[in-house]
Amino acid sequence: MSIPRDSLLHPTVGDPSPPRVITELDYAGTERLTMNMGPQHPSAHGVFRAVLTLEGETVVAVDAVLGYLHRCHEKLAETLTYVQYPTIASKTDYVAAMTSELAYVMAAERIGAIDVPKRAQYLRVLVAELQRIASHCLWLGTWCMDMGGALGGGATIFLYCIREREVVLDLFEALVGARLLYGFHQMGGVRYDLPAGWVAQCRAATDLIEARILEYESMLEDNDFFMMRTQGVGVISREVAETVGISGPLLRGSGVAYDIRQAAPYSSYEDFTFSVPSQPAGDCFARYRVRMDEFRQSIRIVRQIVDGLPEGPISSRPGVKSVVQVRIPKGEAYARVEGPRGEVGCYLIADGGPKPYRMKWRGASFSNLAVLPHIIPGHKVADVVAIMGSVDPVFGEVDR
Amino acid sequence: MTTDEARAELGTLLGVPPEGTGAAIGVTVPCDRWTEAATFARHSLGCGFFSFLTVVDWKTEGLEVIARVENLDALFSLTMKTRLEPGLTTCPSIMAVYRGADWMEREAFDMFGVVFEGHPDLRRILLPDDWVGHPLLKSYAVDTPYPPYR
Amino acid sequence: MTPLPPLAVAAIAGFILLNAVVGMVTYVTLLERKFAARMQSRIGPYRVGPHGLLQPIADAVKLMLKEDLVPRAADRRIFNLAPVIFLIPCLLIFATIPFAPGLGVADLNIGVLFFLAVSSMEIVGLFMAGWGSNNKYALISAMRAVNQIISYDLPFIFAAMVPVLLTGSMRLSDIAAAQHGLWFIFYPVIGQLAFLAFVIASVAAENRVPFDILEAESELVAGFRVEYSGMKFALIQLGEYAHVLGTSCLTALLFLGAWSGPGPAWLGPVWFLLKAILIFLLLTWVRWSFVRIRVDQILAISWKLLLPLTLLLVIATAAVVVWRP
Repeated sequence: MSIPRDSLLHPTVGDPSPPRVITELDYAGTERLTMNMGPQHPSAHGVFRAVLTLEGETVVAVDAVLGYLHRCHEKLAETLTYVQYPTIASKTDYVAAMTSELAYVMAAERIGAIDVPKRAQYLRVLVAELQRIASHCLWLGTWCMDMGGALGGGATIFLYCIREREVVLDLFEALVGARLLYGFHQMGGVRYDLPAGWVAQCRAATDLIEARILEYESMLEDNDFFMMRTQGVGVISREVAETVGISGPLLRGSGVAYDIRQAAPYSSYEDFTFSVPSQPAGDCFARYRVRMDEFRQSIRIVRQIVDGLPEGPISSRPGVKSVVQVRIPKGEAYARVEGPRGEVGCYLIADGGPKPYRMKWRGASFSNLAVLPHIIPGHKVADVVAIMGSVDPVFGEVDR
Repeated sequence: MTTDEARAELGTLLGVPPEGTGAAIGVTVPCDRWTEAATFARHSLGCGFFSFLTVVDWKTEGLEVIARVENLDALFSLTMKTRLEPGLTTCPSIMAVYRGADWMEREAFDMFGVVFEGHPDLRRILLPDDWVGHPLLKSYAVDTPYPPYR
Repeated sequence: MTPLPPLAVAAIAGFILLNAVVGMVTYVTLLERKFAARMQSRIGPYRVGPHGLLQPIADAVKLMLKEDLVPRAADRRIFNLAPVIFLIPCLLIFATIPFAPGLGVADLNIGVLFFLAVSSMEIVGLFMAGWGSNNKYALISAMRAVNQIISYDLPFIFAAMVPVLLTGSMRLSDIAAAQHGLWFIFYPVIGQLAFLAFVIASVAAENRVPFDILEAESELVAGFRVEYSGMKFALIQLGEYAHVLGTSCLTALLFLGAWSGPGPAWLGPVWFLLKAILIFLLLTWVRWSFVRIRVDQILAISWKLLLPLTLLLVIATAAVVVWRP
């Protein structure tokens, strides 16, 4: 398994050979060490195994072993109806469940030409942006913890960010009843409406988070150690970024100002004014800056929504009584959503029945993670965690 | 390169006008012209962004490989499809054109058994190496027992 | 009463000191946890005893009761001996520290030299632990440790030379007595720079964040002590914290005037301990605020920044000593 990318040694196609450990001695006498950053690891962001080939402190090859969280969502979707699956869809990107559900529901609505009322569209945007804020809080906390250790400065920022994330999760709990995995989206609209007092709580939450983001930025950016760890580390060039297919803050951190919310607006995003941050440098610090700016843009969108939420129904087909009631005519569509990690897409092929014929889940983290073997070789071991944290994978999306 | 120019050029290359409406262009490509179409999309149409590659099992009609690429500047997308003959499970690899096809093709091999010729390291990616069978094929039942996982 | 033979006096004093140090070190861990918790808007240990005061006792009992694992492929003798070899220098450094004029186990006239030399002996135990574990993580960590501690011992020693030069003696009680008028930290320019350099070098020599790359939990999962459990782990922890506390005491002695403070003379040791705890809290504050940096960056700071700086400081101090009125 531990085969360097550019090596001529490779198994014949389809040959399930057992993992081989390679310890080479090249003519200079330096020994290469194969080290496992195993599935159980304090900074694996979930279950992920990276087999690193080291020469001293420098990584010369990375082989990523995935699949520890594989539940075959794509086969599962063929067995569940269009009404049953959206709740399960949130388990792909479980940190940003709202955007995950939205992709599937939008794909089905696109094939069936189902309208979504304006209020429902605005609510979808509202929860998506709040979810982006919560997800970025978790990203910042875990990334700093990876770089600083669970018993060090990183843990301090981690606890502060988790405290902020709780504020948003309280909002979701008041709205949906769940904190992490919701069943909020359904075909034709959303399932729940805002309870009384929610808007005031939301305004207070955004004000609080905006003030705290300033604190974290100054705490990190005034710290030379943080700058040393993140600047110049993990540079992704624009060409590698595009051909590998990374998206979201990774792509925008490499100088491409592409955001699905503005390039191909969905769910009334064209009604809101917000800017798309991008940074040219392509290193970890650039991606950090992009996400910090996204915090602010999300807060801006949330404020626009709560100031101008239209009245109306929250779903164009409320009261679905049986799970096979919703049938989508024959057709296919690809719906994509700008999730916190990038382009989350659902390619759906419907055949007229209550269940899809084929569903392909384009997970943002799967494509994002594919960039690791291209950028890590040449860096030190300590940079591997910094880069992985800035890539921000969620393994529910990678393995599905 | 605008969307209309891309449509015109694709029509010239393949001899049939492409499908799809608006900024979403769709083409069906014969299997032997798969890599050529991908190279054309990347270098002539400016579609540098690789979105995904997947396979659909149409049972008796064979497998179909679908790849989607996008042009981020002109904001159009191109979905390329190629139908493999019933019973055929090989397809040329476009990994040399788009790096992202690496893991996508490995996943297609893992789930459908499609062998991509030219891929240097085609092994299972999501399932364990000793798994037998390709789960996303329609012939693979959902409740196939596989100790000790099921 | 016939006076006791000096050897017996020294033995009894050493015994008392050792117990006091071990007790202090266990409670200093609680102090760190409470302090860190308050920084992170938490409370810290709270349940075990009133306000968590019995937490260190509970931890000690737990560690004593844990299973003592030795990996099958590990080198048994080195593995078992390493924590002891690690602990001995960390406790030995307290021998030369005078807590009040005349109150010390062994006030050697090469006190500073003894302290610095013995404290850098811990690296032998550290490397033995990393090697004997037969674990790649431990090995990488041990190699990083050797690199780092050796690099930082030089600026550490040079920065400690500044108070020695200003006093003209290496005896720790002389250095403390020389600060009656003016603490060395208030010495214009030289004092502050030497204090800063000394604190930074000591943080690195003790493997504390931001220089704790060798036990980076998020990469190397506890580094050289990854295979240790139970009492051996407790010894390593004890050694680490004893080293930190000892270096804090030394910092307080070299730069903050040791036992000088307002009030009667018997209050001296109390002031001394307070200053040492203050330095310790400063280190804890730094620990819980910063991310760690990579090992090549750590070494760059040592060789390119701290070493030239401390060399210049020593030369400048020598010049001051020669030419001051």
